[in-house]
Amino acid sequence: MAKIVVVTSGKGGVGKTTSTAALGAALAQGGSRVVVVDFDVGLRNLDLVMGAERRVVYDLINVVQGDAKLPQALIRDKRLDNLSLLPASQTRDKDALSEAGVARVLEELREKFDWILCDSPAGIERGATLAMRHADVAVVVTNPEVSSVRDSDRIIGLLDSKTEKAERGERMDKHLLLTRYDPARAERGEMLRVDDVLEILSIPLLGIIPESEEVLRASNVGSPVTLNNPVSAPARAYADAARRLKGEAVEMLIPSDRRGLLGKLFGRRAA
Amino acid sequence: MALVLAPALPIRDWLAELDTLRSRSPGFFGGRAIMVDVTGLGLTKAELTALVGDLLDRGIRLMGIEGADPEALGPGLPPPVSGGKSIGILETPGEASRQPAPQPQPQVSSLMIEGSVRSGQSILHPDGDVTVLGSVASGAEIIAGGSIHIYGALRGRAIAGSTGHARARIFCRKFEAELLAIDGLYKAADDLWSRFRGQAVQVALDGDAIIITALD
Repeated sequence: MAKIVVVTSGKGGVGKTTSTAALGAALAQGGSRVVVVDFDVGLRNLDLVMGAERRVVYDLINVVQGDAKLPQALIRDKRLDNLSLLPASQTRDKDALSEAGVARVLEELREKFDWILCDSPAGIERGATLAMRHADVAVVVTNPEVSSVRDSDRIIGLLDSKTEKAERGERMDKHLLLTRYDPARAERGEMLRVDDVLEILSIPLLGIIPESEEVLRASNVGSPVTLNNPVSAPARAYADAARRLKGEAVEMLIPSDRRGLLGKLFGRRAA
Repeated sequence: MALVLAPALPIRDWLAELDTLRSRSPGFFGGRAIMVDVTGLGLTKAELTALVGDLLDRGIRLMGIEGADPEALGPGLPPPVSGGKSIGILETPGEASRQPAPQPQPQVSSLMIEGSVRSGQSILHPDGDVTVLGSVASGAEIIAGGSIHIYGALRGRAIAGSTGHARARIFCRKFEAELLAIDGLYKAADDLWSRFRGQAVQVALDGDAIIITALD
């Protein structure tokens, strides 16, 4: 049975798009049929992170408005056969999305895929509420800092009130994905610790993604970090998170990139 | 402690007077907790919205409205408060007829919230006590006619006794509030004693003072 997952956060720049791509690729590596859907109409980025920006012909808006058929708009990933992308439109804005149209497209996707990952835009306006509206599961992406945590709290409130599932009186499954985590800085009190964030948000933890250069490197070459360098720390963390999303019990570890003695001596940054 | 503005009719003249005051002491209203008392003015929703807009244009952000017709209040307008106590230090332009708010009988209906109150959510229950089994997040608010009981952490705003109930109290297991108010008396986070941070406390009113005491 297909599952619609919304990847959301409220605050911008915390890693929704990166996480959507990485989780999508990790789920596809596990053999599931996966589609990642970009809901950030007007500011589309998921196509870049997936490395498909030069293959976009039709987009979500075309399908929602009935100008194109779904198979015309879906872009199959070159690396993984069972991973597809439904891009957003860069020239339109969120008002072009209609609720009925989105519902119809998601229903159609349910028939073709096992996992439908919706990359929500930042904010709490129309785009974000439409992205979460039909979801079965929510992944709340949060950075270990106060503004991100408060915005995530706001989004959790909306997930519990403004989604179809909530309106039917059911409980929305919500998972916390803590990104850009630096254990050393958390230990020094320079960033919120995992416990602090969990205490405030009180939703189950899906994974802790360590701060890493690998993430930006992967984005820049247009590849989900789980495909670009599967042995890197963030890739392993995303792979574990994807397995937890499937319901597997995986021990919660914070992977790190082992550094040699020289790396430790010279790899320190001033910041 | 909040500063109360009491507009007089016609509003336009009163606003002009206010502007004179503002030009004499710029920044007077900056960073203050300000409420507006419209008792006896009989403003409609449109007039009230216009007044709030006019004040906002002048950089005056309202925390609450006193003495307004409940019909005229609603989303987009500051929350209603009543029974705020005048401490009569600051003269407001256009001295208005302030009459003591009628003391309603304490009611018995209570509201139970099983989970947490998330940031951005506002629980308004003018008829009695509010009990929250979870936490009240930063940016969330509880406005109760009676007392407020929070079994988790209080990180947002708790406004108890909002309908003029000086004996209302606020209880919480973990105290990190942004704002406390009982019966119209306010304290913002900066004025709250940090030595109670993170503790289980109760908040009560003693005369015109908000008193915080540890529960354990």
